[in-house]
Formats: sequence, structure tokens, C-alpha cells
Amino acid sequence: MRNVIISDATLRDGSHALSHQLTKGQIAAYAQAADAAGVPIVEVGHGNGLGASSLQVGLSLLDDREMLQTARENLSRSRLGIHVIPGFATINNDLRFAFDYGVDVVRVASHCTEADITERHISFTREQGKEAYGVLMMSHMAPKEVLLDEALKMQSYGAEAVIIMDSAGAYLPTDVMDRVGHLARSLKIPVGFHAHNNLGMAVANSVAAVEAGARIIDGASRGLGAGAGNAQMEVVVAVFERLQIKTGIDLYKALDAADIVEKSIMASIPYISSVSLVSGLSGVFSGFSKHVTLAAIEYGVDPRDIFFELGARKVVGGQEDKIVEVAMELKDRRERG
Amino acid sequence: MEKLKVAILGSGNIGTDLLYKVLRSSWLECSMFIGRNLSSKGMSRALSLGVPVSDKGIECIRENPECCDIVFDCTSAMSHNLHAPLLAQLGIIAIDLTPAKLGPFCIPAINLDACLNDVNINMITCGGQASIPLAWVIGQTQKNVDYIEVVSTIASKSAGPATRLNLDEYIETTEKGVKMFSGCGRAKAILNLNPAEPCIDMQTTVYAKLPEVDLPALQQGVRDMVEKIQQYVPSYKLVIPPTYENNRVIMSVRVKGIGDFLPSYAGNLDIINCAAIAVAEEFAKKRSEQGVI
Repeated sequence: MRNVIISDATLRDGSHALSHQLTKGQIAAYAQAADAAGVPIVEVGHGNGLGASSLQVGLSLLDDREMLQTARENLSRSRLGIHVIPGFATINNDLRFAFDYGVDVVRVASHCTEADITERHISFTREQGKEAYGVLMMSHMAPKEVLLDEALKMQSYGAEAVIIMDSAGAYLPTDVMDRVGHLARSLKIPVGFHAHNNLGMAVANSVAAVEAGARIIDGASRGLGAGAGNAQMEVVVAVFERLQIKTGIDLYKALDAADIVEKSIMASIPYISSVSLVSGLSGVFSGFSKHVTLAAIEYGVDPRDIFFELGARKVVGGQEDKIVEVAMELKDRRERG
Repeated sequence: MEKLKVAILGSGNIGTDLLYKVLRSSWLECSMFIGRNLSSKGMSRALSLGVPVSDKGIECIRENPECCDIVFDCTSAMSHNLHAPLLAQLGIIAIDLTPAKLGPFCIPAINLDACLNDVNINMITCGGQASIPLAWVIGQTQKNVDYIEVVSTIASKSAGPATRLNLDEYIETTEKGVKMFSGCGRAKAILNLNPAEPCIDMQTTVYAKLPEVDLPALQQGVRDMVEKIQQYVPSYKLVIPPTYENNRVIMSVRVKGIGDFLPSYAGNLDIINCAAIAVAEEFAKKRSEQGVI
């Protein structure tokens, strides 16, 4: 029987779905339920992680400290995780205090070709005696050979696992097997996979990742996450049970946690909307969804056109300002005929 | 007219690009190009341009302090902390392109003259040179500014190893500059690297949160500021004029480089180097008026 660690992104990637407006009550209720279900890692924070509350990506209702403190108070068995993107979060402004709030696992992320910017944050985490994972975001934008080079850099900085993110939900299962397999064969540390459901493949892709050697899988209860959402965690747990992949999570209690999401966090759970489907097809960061919808209304243009244009320009996560520029250009182009 | 002698310390992307700009200046002469390794790309470029080179780092200046009046320090913040006292002792002006933050912050379009009284001038960061002038205009034209945020995206190929290792210093230095020049107590800086090919041009967006916006004053102020910056960075271009949308003010500029050492996408190198040249040329003009050279 294989063992897989499930890392729960509900209270972090799920923040995108709520425009980063999670309340203390919601964090407390969900963290307790996830803890009771035996979820190994519970991530908390702004959708783009620590220090990312901004006009560019969206302002959080709660600051990072309030979110971490609330989660910490409600977790006993589960480890507390955070997502950190260098370029948004600095060691002095953000990471240093996170350890005072009892963070256990730091997932240091960069765009999939830029791993060298994670060196100092990974080293600092290890120096604090905490667990550091490297995360390669938007991994569909680089070939597997490049992903391996970048993952090897993270391994050399001290990362204890590398997570490949399908941030745009652009993969099919064969893509996942190819990439995860290539990394799992060559790295000394475990490989993880983080799915988005824009093409309806999130759970299937998570299974493919494990078949190819992944030992960490990210999920979110009811799929709560950016765009079309993440791999629905309770479904992943159930499917893994069928496949005799051990997660250590109590299925009934995972279902209870998922019900809390639907009852107390978000009535309309993420689904594959027309805009999210186009986001996956165009290979654009899922977190752009709400911003694209807003800009489309503001400038009276088609959100699908915005996504395809952003895809053609190969924008990466963090470039939300491009959405406004593209929307303005599309409007201008239409007005000029 | 005799030109003012400048040495370039650091032979990476910034230093080598700066060399081309010095060679083009009618006020400056590159009397020494200093690195650590004679076979580096920057050093061999300098040799092929017929510029005197040294691989001894700061030792070269210590041994021969007469070689220059100004040093452009393009090394790292940590190295500049060591270089600064030495240069001051030798009476050499330091124009600091690292985020060491020792001397006063200089944005030529705002406070060039005031900086000329100092012997160590800090050029902040590339993103700071692009964003702070706009943040300053916000501070000058608006009341009760609650928060300012500046976001720069640069091509991955334009960010060398030192830039990547110093992202935190970049952010903290840029944030300090934004607060200082705008007068707004809350500020945030974000930096993205984009690996797209062909490479993207540097782009910088400035956001602000404030209860009430005087948009005409802001738009006029930004137009004037863009013109001033274009005098030393010709390709500084407004791509999103100041706009109020979704409860925030947004404006965006794009900076293409002249394409000296790295191709034109590296507007980030260009803007900080053009600003540094503007400072050095102002020193040269002042000395020439005083008849020192």
C-alpha cells in the first residue's frame, strides 16, 4: 500500500474564490474540522500566500497574523502550512513573524523557471528548524527538462519536497505523468502535485500524479480554490481509498469538513464556468478569474477575449495589472473598429 | 573640454550596460572598468572597447585613487558597505547602484540638485526609478493618501544572479523610497520575473488607495513628470494613464532599454543606469562651471 501526504489548500487557494475575505470564524471552524479528520497539512492565508494582500492581487479581510493565529489555535494534530512567493513576501517583512505564530511547513513558490529566487526563503526556513517545500507554479509553461533543473536547484537549497503546480488547470493526465514521472525518477526528495479543475481533470490528474510517483497531493474541500477550483479533497481521499493509496484521513470527517465549506464559507462552490474553461485552455493563472470578470464589466469587453490575449502574451501569476491593460486595449480596438 | 573621470566597479549586467552609456556621454570618460575576473563577459566587452580594465576590485582604486573622480558601484549591497567608507576617505564620489541605502536616495527628476552636496548617492532600485516619480506625483497632488503600491515585472533574462539573490533588499529599498518621496506611510512593492520569449519589456504599475481623487491634477502631474523623465530615459512611456477603477487609482509605464549591453527589453537596467549617468553628468557640469576640470 502506498502512502500519500495530503496538503489541504482550502483556506489558502480557497481565498481566491472568496476574493481573500475569509473570516476568523470560518478559519476556526474549518481548521477544527480538518484537524479532526487528520489532514496532515492545513495551509492558511491569502491566495498568493504570505505578504500578498495587495491592490494588484486583492486585499485580504484579515491580515496574515490574524489568519495564522486563528488557524494555529484550532490545529493540534495537523501541521500549519503557508505559501510564500519571493517578490511578494520578504524574510524581514513577512516570513520571520510567521514562525512566531507557529508555522510548521513553508511552501516557497516561484514561477516554474525562476527557482533561484527561492534560495534565501528556503534556507531561512530550514535554519529555523521548520520544513521547507519548493513549489514550481504555472508548470505547464516549461518543458519537463527545465522543470527538473529548477527542482534540482530547490533541492540544493534545502527543500524537502518539490510541488509541481498546474496553476492554470491546463494539464491532461498524460502531461502530469510525463512531468511528475521525470521529476520523481531524478530527485532525491518527494515530488508533489497541485491540480486545478479548469478542464475537469483535477482528480484524474491527482491520480495520474501518484501513479507517476508523487507522494504529496494538494486538495481543497469542495474544491475551494482559484478559478474552477482545486482537486476536491474529499473525492481525492475517497478515490485513493479505492486505489489502496493511504492518506491517513478519516473519510467521514473529511466529508464533514467539506460540508462546513458549503454551509459556512461559500454557498456557490467553484465549478467550471465558461470563463474558467477558457482560462484553462489559454493557460492563464486560475487566480486571474475574478479580476478578468471585473475588468470585462468595467471596460465592456468579452472576458474570454481577455484570457486568450493574456495567454498569447504569456503572462505569469502576479501580473494582474496586465488584465486592465489588455481590457483597455480590447475596448480601444473595438471602438476604432 | 576635459571630461570627468569615472570608474565602474562591478562587471555584471549593470556595470557593462553603464559602460556603453559613459562612452556615449560628452561629459564623462570611463578611466577604469573594474571586475574580478578578466575572462567575464563584461570584462572582455570592455577590453574590446579599448577601456582600461582591472580585475582587482576595490584594491585597484585604493592603489590608484587618482584614476577617477566618481565611482559607479555596481557590485552588491554587502560589498558597497565595505567600499563606501574607503571611497569617502579617498575623496571619491560614490554613485551607488546597489540597494545599500547609505547615501541619500536620488530620483533625478525630483531631487537631483539636492543630492550633489553629498559624496555618496543611492540610486534606489530599477523599479524605484520607474515608480517613485509617479508615487511622488500622487503625494504632491492628492490629499489623505492611505496606501501606495508599486508592481514591476521584468524579463527573466534581464535579472542577473545578484538581482535574484537580493529580491528582499529590492523590495525593502523600493518601499522605503516610495514612502519617503510620496509622504504616504503605507507602501508595498512587488516584483515579478517573466520568462516569456521574446522577452517582455519592463513594466511598472502604481496603485493608490485614497478617499477622494483629484484626477485632473493627477493626470497633469503625471504628464509633466513623464516628460521630465524622458529627458534622461527617452523610452519611459505611460501605457495606462491615471485611472480610477474598482476603488483604486491605477497607472502604468513601460520602459524599453536603448539596447546597449542587453537588448531593449532590459528597460530595468536602462532606467537605473540612465538615472546614474544623469547624476554623474550633473557633477561634471557643476565642476566645469567651477573650473575644477
